[in-house]
Amino acid sequence: MSNQYADRSHVVKIIFIVIGVLFIGRLAMLQLFNPKYKALGEMQSLRNVTQYPARGFIYDRHGELLVHNEAVYDLMVIPRMVKNLDTAYFCESLGITLDEFNDRMQKARNYSPYSASIFMKQVSKEEYAKFENKMFRFKGFYISQRTLRIYDRPIAAQVLGYVGEVDQADLDRDPYYKRGDYIGKSGLEKSYEEVLRGIKGKKVMHVDVHNREIGPYRNGALDTLPVEGSNLYTTLDADLQTYAEELMANKRGCVVAIEPSSGEILAMVSAPTYDPNLLVGRIRGKNYIMLNSDISKPMLNRALIGQYPPGSIFKVAQSMVALDLGVINPGSGFACDKSLVGCHNHPSARSVQEAIKMSCNPYFYQVYRRVIQQGKYKNIYKDAQYGLTVWHNYMLRFGFGQKIDIDLPKSGMSSGNIPDTSFYNRWYGKERWAFSTIYSNSIGQGEVTVVPIQMANLAAIVANRGYYVTPHMVRFYGPDSIQNEEYHKRHETGVDRKYFDIAAAGMYDVVHVAGGTARRARVDGLDICGKTGTAENYGNDHSVFICFAPKDNPKIAMAVYVENAQGGGGTWAAPIAGLLVEKYLNGEVKRKDVEKMYKEINPCQKLPLTRRVKKAKKRG
Amino acid sequence: MYQEKIKLDWVTIGLWLAIMLFGWVNIYAAGYNADHSVLFDFSVQHGKQFIWIAVALILAVIIASTEPRVFSNTAYPIYGIVMGLLVLTLFLAVTVNGGKSWIDFGFFRFQPSEFAKFATALAIAKYLSTIGIDMRDMRTKIVAAILIAVPAALILLQHDTGSALVFVGFIFPLYREGLSGNFLIIGVAAIALFVLALLVNKYVLLAILFGAGLFYLFLWLNKRSMRDYWRVAAVFACCAMFIFSVDFVFNNVLEPHQRGRIDVLLGKTEDLQGSGYNVNQSKIAIGSGGIIGKGFLKGTLTKADFVPEQETDFIFCTVGEEWGFFGSAILVTLYVVLLIRLINMAERQRSPFARIYGYSVASILFIHLFVNVGMVLGLVPVIGIPLPFFSYGGSSLLAFTILLFIFIRQDAAKNQLL
Repeated sequence: MSNQYADRSHVVKIIFIVIGVLFIGRLAMLQLFNPKYKALGEMQSLRNVTQYPARGFIYDRHGELLVHNEAVYDLMVIPRMVKNLDTAYFCESLGITLDEFNDRMQKARNYSPYSASIFMKQVSKEEYAKFENKMFRFKGFYISQRTLRIYDRPIAAQVLGYVGEVDQADLDRDPYYKRGDYIGKSGLEKSYEEVLRGIKGKKVMHVDVHNREIGPYRNGALDTLPVEGSNLYTTLDADLQTYAEELMANKRGCVVAIEPSSGEILAMVSAPTYDPNLLVGRIRGKNYIMLNSDISKPMLNRALIGQYPPGSIFKVAQSMVALDLGVINPGSGFACDKSLVGCHNHPSARSVQEAIKMSCNPYFYQVYRRVIQQGKYKNIYKDAQYGLTVWHNYMLRFGFGQKIDIDLPKSGMSSGNIPDTSFYNRWYGKERWAFSTIYSNSIGQGEVTVVPIQMANLAAIVANRGYYVTPHMVRFYGPDSIQNEEYHKRHETGVDRKYFDIAAAGMYDVVHVAGGTARRARVDGLDICGKTGTAENYGNDHSVFICFAPKDNPKIAMAVYVENAQGGGGTWAAPIAGLLVEKYLNGEVKRKDVEKMYKEINPCQKLPLTRRVKKAKKRG
Repeated sequence: MYQEKIKLDWVTIGLWLAIMLFGWVNIYAAGYNADHSVLFDFSVQHGKQFIWIAVALILAVIIASTEPRVFSNTAYPIYGIVMGLLVLTLFLAVTVNGGKSWIDFGFFRFQPSEFAKFATALAIAKYLSTIGIDMRDMRTKIVAAILIAVPAALILLQHDTGSALVFVGFIFPLYREGLSGNFLIIGVAAIALFVLALLVNKYVLLAILFGAGLFYLFLWLNKRSMRDYWRVAAVFACCAMFIFSVDFVFNNVLEPHQRGRIDVLLGKTEDLQGSGYNVNQSKIAIGSGGIIGKGFLKGTLTKADFVPEQETDFIFCTVGEEWGFFGSAILVTLYVVLLIRLINMAERQRSPFARIYGYSVASILFIHLFVNVGMVLGLVPVIGIPLPFFSYGGSSLLAFTILLFIFIRQDAAKNQLL
């Protein structure tokens, strides 16, 4: 046959080459000039598997372990891999019903038939041990270990706080967290979250289209190891804390104990409290609802959140301000004139020291009047404005009227209220108020409210004779014993030390001298200095007591606040404080009968004392 | 008998070996499992393919040592037997991936449609090389068309559109032997019109065609005869009928999944989970390879089953992902060089049988390359069709090897006869 069409081979070859060039051009488009595909590819074929570090432990000031971790086991299931399961035997081993089994399997299947989901959360070590050796019979199931908080002593629940799953706000705030992560929700767990949590590790795994892990990506070149969380060494004294919680049982209120020289918080009790183990693991959800709906609010830390009228303990601060201003002198005496303000029966005070001892209301009415109406202006309203501003500044230096800069979560913490001129201007109108309008403040009533931690801080100020160190919960943390300098600042009140000596002497007398209001706080051999207070309330009055001991070179300063306690500061708060000081300074309490009584009784019921104390109005 | 030393074309054989081995490497990579990386496990695909490659080599040697006249002499019987097998397949076939093209022999499964390609090539070569046959005769055209259409139709009945489509490739040897180039042009024009009819409003399209006709008549031609008017009118009428039949064909003849794939290709729908899934995943896998690729066994997507049929029809994704632009461009180049080489070899044949057969081989391989790579790159609708010598599969590898080596054997004997 002829070859007359031989030229047509060129047409065919050109078609072949054109298609080849077209393909190479298309490849260049996809592979060289379109980053979209690369990104899409990585997104769908790699999975970051998080490796969780163990959360740091929490110790007390003597190195006793307060919070540590316990291994628990999540029973995981990959529904598609479940084969030949003896369902009845499986259910029996786990102690669940067939309905529950079907329910859980359906949930897992709905999530994904190919990837793992939790079949049963947080199986305890004991439960796990029971079916560990049967696991080989349950194809498609496996165990994933995780840790839970565990508390050997059920103490300091509100201080330690609890750990829970992150919420949307956490996710929005910090990209470190991913859904399902755990985070400190309150207390130290929250404020030291970044110390305790450590750093998550990451494994980049290669996954297939069914989201199954195939193996490490690039042999683990991108993987990072988790960094364990740092341990917290707190200032808490576990024994004192335990004892304080025992004494505060059946009561509402709080105890704050501070080492005055360092600002270290030795104990912080909010009653009623709860066992922190309740908010761990599978039982948490149920218990959280129970605790959260309890009207006595056991999850609140009253020591930081409660805003109470301070009552008579406020007189200590008032006298310091007045002395420092020079509007009175240590020897000033005022008659106990019950026409001004109610009082209990006692002789008139002839000095500041005596006034503190007897807690004379009219005396401090006079003192406060001199502070507010200093006579700088003829117009009494302007004069009161001036006096109140001066007084307000003093109060701020005493740590009142502002959030204490403690290393616990600031959110939800109260600042208390120290009214200033704008406060009254808003309330009554400008120049429509003067001392006569606001005199209740003189004895810690009226518009003044104080947070218990501030009360303890006041005791520390007197113990230190004029300054306080920022109260804090953590001495140091981590393997390098890092100290947070921020919480070791010394704050001066600016009031002369000699005036504080007077206050200390007065507070000594309160406990030790006849006519003092807190004789029940007395412990032989310990020079406890204290001040009682009874804060008026709509229901039963609150009982409050601040103290420090020993008088010289004090080791402990404390505030005890008992809500709705029939009988005033001397009856309830003072003896509890006495027991606590004895416990802390002597190591043990000898007065077992007293101890037993205060542990058991409930102040809201009738007083079990042999000698019933009559409830007196504005008794201090 | 006079016998000269056989001169095998080692360039072609080298290309064949290179493509086949690179294919095996990629099949190994596509099915690679770090936990189970035994090189020669004959229960998995790369192990089986290894056996097929060995069989292909033996087959190549057998064909190379066979007297070349055997093939031209037995062309019609072979064609007849394969057609018989195709008919038999319709009754005996097992269903694999929606197609009914496999006969199960128990120990292995066999796809007669793969062998229909070289059988038809032999028959066409035999027929067109018969003394006195002229491509320009209507009778020749009809017989050739029947020889091609019978296997294509039988394969279509097996729901294997891809393999049936391959027979379109025979247009090239027919063209080389004297078929009017208009057939090629009409073919391309029909595809273009089909696509345009789906994309553009039909009346707009008709108006454009009408305008083009007027332009041709009054501006292009200097002198117009009555015949020109009739010609243009006839072409326009045909186009109009074609355009209006597109909808009918598209909606009534094509199956839903085919409609979906065409819609996706034309960008009319973006069904990434359905019809568009394969192509989208394949584009992602290839695109993620970048310039030099992720490296052998380092592909993340093909290994993770994101790309379906990754060892067979979508094997090119593994190349794209692991070997990048360089690897895939080289592979495409290897194929084009092989095709050009085959055409050149065909042109140097003294025997028309060998030439026509050579063209048929090149054309069949070309259609496979065009449809397979075009599909993976998202240029052609998804049609299941293997990449020659490269995709996993015994039937296809052996059938392509037979196809190619019959020609290599003919070429080696070009000085032997005549």
